[in-house]
Amino acid sequence: MSEYRDPEVAKAYLEEIKKTVTQPWSIMEVCGGQTHSLVKNGIIDMLPKEVTMIHGPGCPVCVTPLNIIDKAIHLALEENVILCSFGDMLRVPGSKKNLLEAKAEGADIRILYSPLEAVRIAEDNPDKEIVFFAVGFETTAPANALSVIHAHRKELKNYSILASHVLVPPAIKAVIDDEESKIDGFLAAGHVCTIMGNAEYHPLSATYKVPIVVTGFEPLDVLQGILMVLKQLEGSKAQVENQYSRIVKEEGNPEAQKMIHKVFEIKNQIWRGIGEIPESGYQVRPEYADFDANRKFKIEIPEAPENPDCISGQIMKGLKKPFECSQFGKKCKPTNPLGAPMVSSEGACAAYYHFSGLVEA
Amino acid sequence: MSDKKIRMQLQCPMPKLDFDVINLGHGSGGVLTNKLLDSGVFDLLSNPILDERHDGAIFELEGKMAFSTDSFLVSPIFFPGGNIGELAVNGTVNDLAMCGAIPKYLSLSFIIEEGLKVTEFWKILVAIKGACEEAGVQVVTGDTKVVEKGKGDKIFINTSGIGSIHSKAKISSKNIKVGDKIIVSGNIASHGMAIMSVREGLEFDSEILSDTIHLNHTIKSLLDTFGEHIHLLTDPTRGGIATVLKETAQSINLGFDITQRDLPIDNQVSSACELLGLDPIYVANEGLFIAFVDESIAVDFLEMLQKDENGKHAKIIGSATEEHPRQVIMESAIGGKRVVSMLPGEQLPRIC
Repeated sequence: MSEYRDPEVAKAYLEEIKKTVTQPWSIMEVCGGQTHSLVKNGIIDMLPKEVTMIHGPGCPVCVTPLNIIDKAIHLALEENVILCSFGDMLRVPGSKKNLLEAKAEGADIRILYSPLEAVRIAEDNPDKEIVFFAVGFETTAPANALSVIHAHRKELKNYSILASHVLVPPAIKAVIDDEESKIDGFLAAGHVCTIMGNAEYHPLSATYKVPIVVTGFEPLDVLQGILMVLKQLEGSKAQVENQYSRIVKEEGNPEAQKMIHKVFEIKNQIWRGIGEIPESGYQVRPEYADFDANRKFKIEIPEAPENPDCISGQIMKGLKKPFECSQFGKKCKPTNPLGAPMVSSEGACAAYYHFSGLVEA
Repeated sequence: MSDKKIRMQLQCPMPKLDFDVINLGHGSGGVLTNKLLDSGVFDLLSNPILDERHDGAIFELEGKMAFSTDSFLVSPIFFPGGNIGELAVNGTVNDLAMCGAIPKYLSLSFIIEEGLKVTEFWKILVAIKGACEEAGVQVVTGDTKVVEKGKGDKIFINTSGIGSIHSKAKISSKNIKVGDKIIVSGNIASHGMAIMSVREGLEFDSEILSDTIHLNHTIKSLLDTFGEHIHLLTDPTRGGIATVLKETAQSINLGFDITQRDLPIDNQVSSACELLGLDPIYVANEGLFIAFVDESIAVDFLEMLQKDENGKHAKIIGSATEEHPRQVIMESAIGGKRVVSMLPGEQLPRIC
């Protein structure tokens, strides 16, 4: 790993970035993992002032709709349900409480790293209903799909997933389409492209004339990605390039894609803080309806309003920086998040709060 | 370590008991309690003060003392590199050592969930005995309670300890001054990741072992040599080194600069952290300490510490500064700067 964190190479990239830049540019890193890397490694302050990094909507925790979180909490509090989830979903605020609070009230909630563990829990607990909170981008979709395929093959009647999957390319399109948007180039999310490949980005780049560089997450990846975008911008080019070619193949991972398409179909998806984006999410196909918690439990949770003080939508579209929010670091802190970007360390607000000297008391 | 443990077990054959699991009766104070204690705890941990079997321990001590207490709730109770028994002894021994004290006497309390196997309890007792002998401390008083199934998690242990302050020790965060070097005694994050790897069923080329160990002998020899030039000793257990550094910075009007590249960490532990999305500076340690020492002795201190088995991976990781009071700033691997803050709660693994 240290080869992607070499300070001498970093210095060389930074110098080349400084040499390349002649005018102000705004670059959006789409993925929360990249935001995390930028702030954790202090990269933002090392960049020349002409380069503004804008933090995109690529934090799955942040964009999971309030209503689905309320559903997960409701399910978790059911007597015979074990709710399994990735760890950082637990602190995301629902309309009344979060999953950690539900856990303290007695809900059986397990933190897992893989949905396949949830399938095992389902086998071990035939009297319980096991629901996996299947959140994430295209990156986590193959494993979530595989868990359904496994459960189906094992004829498990007590396993289902509460899916809230979001897709990156439609989100990039939505961000560019926003009238207030002022983004000149994109770092696309390397891990997502590992699965899905780069095909969907070519029409985006061509139509909107924006450079898109598929980029990794290590500090040197991010620096190189930024440099590649800047070179295109300064050279008036707009194409898709692959910084992360050691991992990402042009066609992605066809096997994983097959698995996704077997279990999921594309649907319009609500992004928390942003609204509905056409064809930007996955839902479980009717053939696997028995494994779809949404269909299985038929829970109707009324739509609840977001906290009116939270401007997370504007932050995730890159229109505002976290510290431009009146509640940032005041009413809204990681210990008391008003909105989801203050929860996950990949959320722009939490990343700023943790790592930037601006806010520390 | 492991050789020692096998030897201990050979020397301590399990007593013949007419029960296999501990039940509520063993905490009732009646016949069953006595059976458990007589053939277990008292025999194994025997010493003149404990053997009095009074309501409390009676002993004499002179001079300035340190007194500390800690409760141990680790799950699983057996983990690579140790178990909850030695953790409970080492934890309190180390807390006392961090005060500049020579640990002497411990209290030992068990809260056992009914259903715990006697063989497991015995293993824990043997580990406690071994850890006490190695650290040179005695258990002089204790308590055993049993709670209903579901009201505990196999076994909880509380230990308290007392020890007299080393004649040359002058440990206080108030003594830290600008220029002081910050030294970490070994690889970080091993204990936390040993526990996580068992919980998550992760497998690595070689097992990640907990670093649980008593540090009092190491600390004593450092105090013998460097005395009041050692300004603060602290053990970064829960919350990892980040939390301890931030807490310390907040308690005095100075800041700390640390360098990520200088943080000693085992490669496997580092990979495990990457894999699970955890930041090693927030992961728990058990056999580690951080020393704030006078700049003038820092190099000698480090040299001496590195010769000790418990300090062979020790490194200077940073220094105290007046530039950003109450803040800990870490230079990242690539040379950027970031603020190190406390975690808002439990460190939760990330999705991707």
